[in-house]
Amino acid sequence: MDLAAQLPLLLGLAWLTPLASFVAILFFGPRMGPHGRNAAWVATAAIVTSLVLSLAAFVVWLGVHPVQAVAHGEHGVVHAAADAHAGDGGHASGSHDADGHLAADHGHGDPHQPAAYSGNWYTLYRGGRLELSIGYYIDALTVLMFVVVTFIATCIHVYASGYMHDELHEVTDHEVRLADGHHLHRPGRFPRFFQALSLFCFSMMGIVIAGNLAMVFIFWELVGICSWFLIGFYYERKSASTAANKAFIVNRVGDFGMLIGLMALWGALGTLSFADSTTVGPDGNEQVRPGLFSQFRPSEAGHVLQVPDGMVAAAAAAEVATISADHASSPADAASQIAARIPDWRGMGMGRWLLFIAGVGIFCGCVGKSAQFPLFVWLPDAMEGPTPVSALVHSATMVAAGVYLVGRFYPVLSPDVLLVIAYVGAITLFIAATIALVANDIKRVLAYSTVSQLGYMMLALGVGGWVAGLFHLVTHAFFKSLLFLCSGSVIHACHTNDMRKMGGLAKVMPWTAFTMLVGCLAIIGAGVPFVIGLSGYYSKDSILAQALSFANANPGHRVLSWAVAGGAFLTAFYMFRLWFMTFAGQPRDHHVHEHAHESPNVMVTPLVVLAVLAVVAGWTLPGGLGIANLLEQARPAGTAAGLEGGFVFGQSLLFPAEHESHEGAVHITATLTAFGTAMAGVLLAALLYLWKLISPDLIASIFRPIYAFLAGRWYFDELYDLVFVKPTLGVANLASGVDRGLIDRLIDGIAWAARGLAGIDAWIDRTLVDGLVNATANATWNAGLKLRGLQTGRLRQYVMFIVLGTVALFVLAAAAFRSAGTG
Amino acid sequence: MTSLSMNPVLGFLIDAPVSVAHYLVVGAILFTAGVACMATKRNALGVLMGIELVLNGANVNFVAFASTYLAGEGGRPLGLDGQVFAVFVILLAAAEAAVALAITLNFYNNHATVDVDRADDLKG
Repeated sequence: MDLAAQLPLLLGLAWLTPLASFVAILFFGPRMGPHGRNAAWVATAAIVTSLVLSLAAFVVWLGVHPVQAVAHGEHGVVHAAADAHAGDGGHASGSHDADGHLAADHGHGDPHQPAAYSGNWYTLYRGGRLELSIGYYIDALTVLMFVVVTFIATCIHVYASGYMHDELHEVTDHEVRLADGHHLHRPGRFPRFFQALSLFCFSMMGIVIAGNLAMVFIFWELVGICSWFLIGFYYERKSASTAANKAFIVNRVGDFGMLIGLMALWGALGTLSFADSTTVGPDGNEQVRPGLFSQFRPSEAGHVLQVPDGMVAAAAAAEVATISADHASSPADAASQIAARIPDWRGMGMGRWLLFIAGVGIFCGCVGKSAQFPLFVWLPDAMEGPTPVSALVHSATMVAAGVYLVGRFYPVLSPDVLLVIAYVGAITLFIAATIALVANDIKRVLAYSTVSQLGYMMLALGVGGWVAGLFHLVTHAFFKSLLFLCSGSVIHACHTNDMRKMGGLAKVMPWTAFTMLVGCLAIIGAGVPFVIGLSGYYSKDSILAQALSFANANPGHRVLSWAVAGGAFLTAFYMFRLWFMTFAGQPRDHHVHEHAHESPNVMVTPLVVLAVLAVVAGWTLPGGLGIANLLEQARPAGTAAGLEGGFVFGQSLLFPAEHESHEGAVHITATLTAFGTAMAGVLLAALLYLWKLISPDLIASIFRPIYAFLAGRWYFDELYDLVFVKPTLGVANLASGVDRGLIDRLIDGIAWAARGLAGIDAWIDRTLVDGLVNATANATWNAGLKLRGLQTGRLRQYVMFIVLGTVALFVLAAAAFRSAGTG
Repeated sequence: MTSLSMNPVLGFLIDAPVSVAHYLVVGAILFTAGVACMATKRNALGVLMGIELVLNGANVNFVAFASTYLAGEGGRPLGLDGQVFAVFVILLAAAEAAVALAITLNFYNNHATVDVDRADDLKG
C-alpha cells in the first residue's frame, strides 16, 4: 500500500476532529457535567486526536520523503524519492472526486518540483471557468504546520482547562460596574470558551491544508470570526468588546485588499487552485487544468517566474479584441494568433501591473491577519482576551496564517511585491520593537514583541529567505506561546498585568520564572556562536544572513539589514526588561507578592513541554532531520535559484539564492552581529533593571519627548482615530441627522396625513354606513313589536283568520277573474 | 222541500238527476260544518274532529269529480287521479291525527286540560 496516499486522509481527519468537538460542545456543552466542566475534556481529546493524526502524517511523510542533509542547491536529490512512487497514489486517497491526484505526477523528469499531494475532496460548485472546491495541498510545510498547530493547541487546551476554572462558577467581573454601582454577576462560560477554541483550531488547520485560494479565504474569515469570539470573550467589558470589534474591522481592511488580489487572479487566470488538477472530460480524456503555481512558473520555462498567459492576455485586451474581430469566422484561428502573440506582449511588459496587484492584494490580507504595519494596531488590543487565547490566537497560529500564506503563495510573488513585503516587515519590526521598550503591561510587551517578530518573518520572506521566514515562524510559535502562557501564569498569580507591581517573583514561582527565561533566551536567539543555540538562534541567524546577503546584492536596500540587527538588539532589551521587572529584584508591591503562588500542575506542565521545544526546535539531528531541512523539501519550484527583476520601483532587484547566505563571510558576519546585538541588549537591560546602575526614570526624563512618543505607541491609534474613525463618525452623524431631520420628518408627515384621512373615513363609516344599517334594524324591530299583537295564542281565532282569509282570497280571485273575463 | 225548490240557487237540485253538483253541496256542507266545529270547539278533540270533517268534505269532492258515472256524456272525469288523491288525503288525515293526538296528550300532561284556549304559551 502506498503510505503517502494516506496523507490526505490522515490530515483531513486531523482537520475535521476539532469541528466535531465544536459541534458537540455547541449543542451539548452546558450538559457536559457540572457547569459544562467536561467540555474541556471533549475539546482536549479532539485536539489530542488531531495531534496524534498529524504526528502519524509526519512520520509517514518522513518515511516516504526522508530528510537529508542536502547541500544547498541540489534539491533534486530530495525529490527523487517523491517521483519514484508518484504514479498511482492519488486515486487511493479516499477522495470523492476524480481529480484527486499527486502533483508530483508532473514532476517526472523535473527534479525541481517539490513533493506535494493535491486534490479535491468535494466540489462545491463548477460552472464555466469557476470551480469552488474543498481541496488539499499537502507538502512538507503543510505537515509541519499541522504538527506545530496541533501541538501548541494541545498545550494550550490543557493549560486553559486550568486557567479558565473561574468560568465554572458564577463569575463576578470586577472590571464591569453596572448602573446600580454593583459589579457584574454572570454565569460562567466554560464550555463556550472551548467551543470557540475548537472552531478556531479547525479554521486554522483549514487554512493550512487548503488546496486553493478560495478555500484559504473561507477559513481566513473563519479564523477572523473565531478571534472575534475569543478576544470578546469578556464581552461585558467595554474594552474587550471594543478590542474584538477593532480586530475584526482592521482585518476586514486587509481582507478587502485580499479580495482584490483574488479577483485579479481569478479574472485573469480562471483558477485559484495552487496545484494542477486533472479532470476527466466527457470524452473520457484527462484534461489538466494548470494551477497557479504552474501558470506563474511553468516547468517548460524552468520554473522561472513569468507573467502568466492569462494576465498578459487580460492586459492586452484591446489587441485580443482586434484579433478576435478579424478572425470572427474561425475562433480557432484567433486563438492560435493570440497564443502566438503572447510572448511578444509579455516582452513588452504587459500584465506586469496585474501581477503586482495580485501579489500586493494577497499580501494586504496577510498584513491584516499578521498584524503588519499599518494594520498592526489590533493585535495589542486583542490582549483583552483570556491569556490562553493570546497564546494560541495571537502568537502562534492566527497571526502565523498571514506569514504562512505569503510562504505558500511565494512562487507567485514578483520582485516588486517582495520588496514591498520586506519594507513592510522592516517598518513593522522597528515600530513594534520600540513600543515594546516602554510598555508596562506584561501582555502588551509580548503583543508588540509578536508584531515585531512577525515583521521579522515578513522581512525574511521579502528578501528571499523563504526557509528563513518559515523557520522563524515555527520556532517563534513555540517560544511565543511559551512566553504567553508564562505571562498568563504570572497574571493568574498576581491578578494584575502591570509589571511595575511585580518583581521578585522568581522565588515564589520558580517553574514559571525558569521556563520564561528559556523563552526569553530563545526569542533573543541566544546561543554559543557556531556551536549550539536555542531555537531562535538558528532562525534569527538565517534571517539576518539572508538580509545581509540581500543588502550586499542591492546596496540601496542596506537599511533592511540594519533593521534586522537593530531589531535584535531591541528584542533582547525589552524581553529581558520584562523578565527582570517581573521575576528579579525585590518585590515592588507587597500586596501582590504575598498572594502570588506557583500555578497548578495542569498549567505548569505545558510550560515545561513548550520550554523544551523552544530549546530544541531549531536543532538539526545527525542525519539531517531538522525543521530547516524539512522546509527545504517544500521549497516552491524555481525559488532556490534566487530572483531578479522589478520595474515598479524603477530599478532591478536581485534576490540572492538562500543557500548563498549560509556560506562564508555572510554567515559569520550574521552570527556575530546577532550575538553581539543580543548580548548588548541583555546587558543594557541588566544595567537598567537588574543592577540598577542607571535609573530608567532618568533616561525617560532626559528623552521625554521620545519616551512620550513611544509610550503613546507612536500615536497610531490617535492618528487612525483622527483620519478614519472621526471622519467616518462625522459622516455617520451627518447621515443620521439627515435621516432623523429629513427622512423621518417626511415619513412622519405621511403618517399624519394618512391618520387624518383615516379619521374622516371612520366618521363616514360610523355615521352614514352604520346609521343606515341601524335604521333598518330599528325599523324591523319596531315592526316586530307592533305585529306581535296579532299572535294572540287563541286557536279558534286563528281558525277564524284562516277562514276569513280564505274567503277574502276567493272573493279577490273571483273579482280578478271577472275583471279579466270582461276585460 | 217546497221552499228549497223555490231557491234560485239550489232549487235545481230537487228536480235534476243526481250529479256532481249534489255531491259538491254535500262536500260544502261537510266543509262548513268542519270549519264551524274548528272555530267554535274549545276541546282539542273537537277541533280535531272538525279537521276530519273538513278533509272529508274535500274527499267527497275528489271522489265525485273522479266518477265517470256522474260526469255523464261528454264530461271529463278525473278518473283514478281523484280517487288516488282521496286515498292520500285519508292517509294524511290518519298521520295528522296521530301527531295531533300525541300533541294533545302531551299538552294534557303539562296543563291538565285539553282546552285550546289555554294553549297560549306562544302568545306574542
